[in-house]
Amino acid sequence: MALSAIPIFYVFDMNITQQIVNAIWLGGVYSLFALGYALVFSVLGVLNLAHSAVFMWGAFIGLVAVTQLNISVWLAIPLAMLGAGIISVLLDIVAFAPLRRRNAPRMSQLISSIGASILLVNFAQLVFGTQPRRFALGSIPTEPFAGWPVRVTPIQIIILLVSVILMALLQYLVMRRRVGQAMRAVAFNQQVASLLGVNVGGIFRLTFFLAGALAGAAGVLYGLAYNTMTPFMGDAVALKGLTVIVLGGLGNIQGAVVGGFVVAALEVFSIAAGSSNYREAIVFTLLFFILLFRPQGLVGQATQTRA
Amino acid sequence: MIERRYFCHLYRYALNFMVANPVPLCNEREFKMKRNVMALISVLIVFVLAFSTTLAQDSEQPLVGSWDECPTPENLPETVTIGAVFGLSEAVAVYGTSQKQAVELAVEEINTSGYLGASTLQVIFEDSAGNRDQAIAAMTKLVEEDNVLAVIGPTLSAEAFAADPIAQENGTVVMGVSNTAIGLTDMGDYVFRDSLPEAAVIPGTIAQARETLGLTKVGLLYGNDDDFTVSGYEVFKQTLQDSVIEILGEETFAKGDVDFNAQLTNLIGANPDALVVSALAAEATQIILQARSLGYTGPIIGGNGFNSPAVLKDTGAASEGLIVGGAWNYGNPNPSESSVRFVELYEARYEDQSPDQFAAQAYTGAWLTATAIRCGNFAADADVATQRTALRDALAAIKDFDSPLGVFSFDENRNPIHDPIAQIVSEGKFKPLAVVLGAQATPEATPAS
Repeated sequence: MALSAIPIFYVFDMNITQQIVNAIWLGGVYSLFALGYALVFSVLGVLNLAHSAVFMWGAFIGLVAVTQLNISVWLAIPLAMLGAGIISVLLDIVAFAPLRRRNAPRMSQLISSIGASILLVNFAQLVFGTQPRRFALGSIPTEPFAGWPVRVTPIQIIILLVSVILMALLQYLVMRRRVGQAMRAVAFNQQVASLLGVNVGGIFRLTFFLAGALAGAAGVLYGLAYNTMTPFMGDAVALKGLTVIVLGGLGNIQGAVVGGFVVAALEVFSIAAGSSNYREAIVFTLLFFILLFRPQGLVGQATQTRA
Repeated sequence: MIERRYFCHLYRYALNFMVANPVPLCNEREFKMKRNVMALISVLIVFVLAFSTTLAQDSEQPLVGSWDECPTPENLPETVTIGAVFGLSEAVAVYGTSQKQAVELAVEEINTSGYLGASTLQVIFEDSAGNRDQAIAAMTKLVEEDNVLAVIGPTLSAEAFAADPIAQENGTVVMGVSNTAIGLTDMGDYVFRDSLPEAAVIPGTIAQARETLGLTKVGLLYGNDDDFTVSGYEVFKQTLQDSVIEILGEETFAKGDVDFNAQLTNLIGANPDALVVSALAAEATQIILQARSLGYTGPIIGGNGFNSPAVLKDTGAASEGLIVGGAWNYGNPNPSESSVRFVELYEARYEDQSPDQFAAQAYTGAWLTATAIRCGNFAADADVATQRTALRDALAAIKDFDSPLGVFSFDENRNPIHDPIAQIVSEGKFKPLAVVLGAQATPEATPAS
């Protein structure tokens, strides 16, 4: 008690292993969410603020699939990814493509995405109501593994595995496949890419689909992790996601992953160090310093173009 | 003979509504047979009418209300309009929805029973969404545009602190039915509440928990951005210090958080006898589930936010051992007659749902307001300000009012006086702590003080 009253010694408490587990798990969810944000930003150069609404819809599609259609959780994840991907593509067609065609400034696209976000949230409010929805108790494996030195539940392992697999797949797609090359070409310069025979419109659609699918997966996993879903669940994550991609370097995919784990670790360890009052302040102070001294982010290089 | 035919045709006419093929005209022989049927039907109709009148008479006088203290008013306006500001969307809808349902139930009962004589009580509901600005906008609309005579709500203490001054400035009664923060009624003489402040509930709960569970050291967790959860925390802390229970650690969270693992890991690591938590229902649910999945099996002592069937339903077996002090309990071993009646009515009206404390308090709040209208007995042609003042004075005068919350009075600061009840979750239900751990509990430990 005497030692752990001093914050620095508190960190060496035996709780620390449990806190590391907490941080890794939270980081997986943050990273997965931020990936979609980063992907759209890297290819289009536009912040898609409706990303959090797509995330929320992903969670609800998963919920409906499990509770109404009696589909297993494993099948609900790809289903939610597909559904959220489609919503995201529709979002592009309705809210982004018309503005792109008119060469509207990026600011208009940002505002348009805010409008789309409000629309999606209100629609979810109509369909699902505003009371928190949950998966039935016991349908999610939340019993901790017996005999482990730390408390880890099967669902935490599942979430981390799915997150890591999806991140690796995206990295492979963007860096190793031809279509990824096309995406990077569009990100570098749309005109040049289209002169070289890249179907720019198609790449935009694909980018939105992938971002939506990632948001959908993050939504279901988040829903499974915390088992509480409301139409407003995206709000809390939206700001964190933004912090994550700024921290990692705007539009940088590895940066989004690193940023997600950094933000989660900061949050958890500022609490572990005995200052739960200041956890947000600590995260945003870091954000502030990153913007001041390393605006390209933790991972980004100063001038290289994204993706 | 013509008349008989006429009746027969009438019968046929009615029949034609029910069958696909048109029925041919009547002749006299057919009519004679049908006359008996008609007679039987007439007798049946008379019976049904008579029976339904007795039913109506039976439900005429509800068990709540100052029926004898005040005469039935005669000069009231044709419709008396009051407002209600509840959080009907966002996380706070957990409470707001059951509050709205309870008020609607009370208003139906008040109107069908003729509690206000010939005049009808009408309620305009506004959604505050748990948001201070929206609560201010709703209150302004009700008081300044709709000219309501009184307002029930808002749901959260934080909203009440923001919006109630508008009602106070306009000399309009505002009746909090779920505001339990300290100092709420200090805002002015038009601010009332029927919800026991946490300061009245927590000391008894802690005393009884210490008695029955032998608490010596606890961990404290609370939301630090909400008036309700902060004032709950302050009372908890004061009470714990007064009863010489050691606080091993204090952790905070923000409204809307879903991950409490880090805070809980800290608290549980210090090995407390109980976790003491001041949170609203949405966060309370997560805290219970996550504490249990981190391996904590001891008791969790919660503030008022935990006092809802929704929390129990959503946490299942994890809620066993949750201890909450409350103003009203569904499983109270000695409920008042009006409480039993309220539960029956509520369950009949809203199938599949049982009332919680928030519903009981909102229901009582609507009845108190209606009683102030009945006893205020203002004239229809008086101006709004006079009507509002008459309502306030009548409300402040209410004493020994028989309500689902028990025998109810207002103190001189317009705070409620009635007996609270300490509860523990056992087998998935809130049960009075004294019943579950009754063997050890002494009668003096009941938190009546």
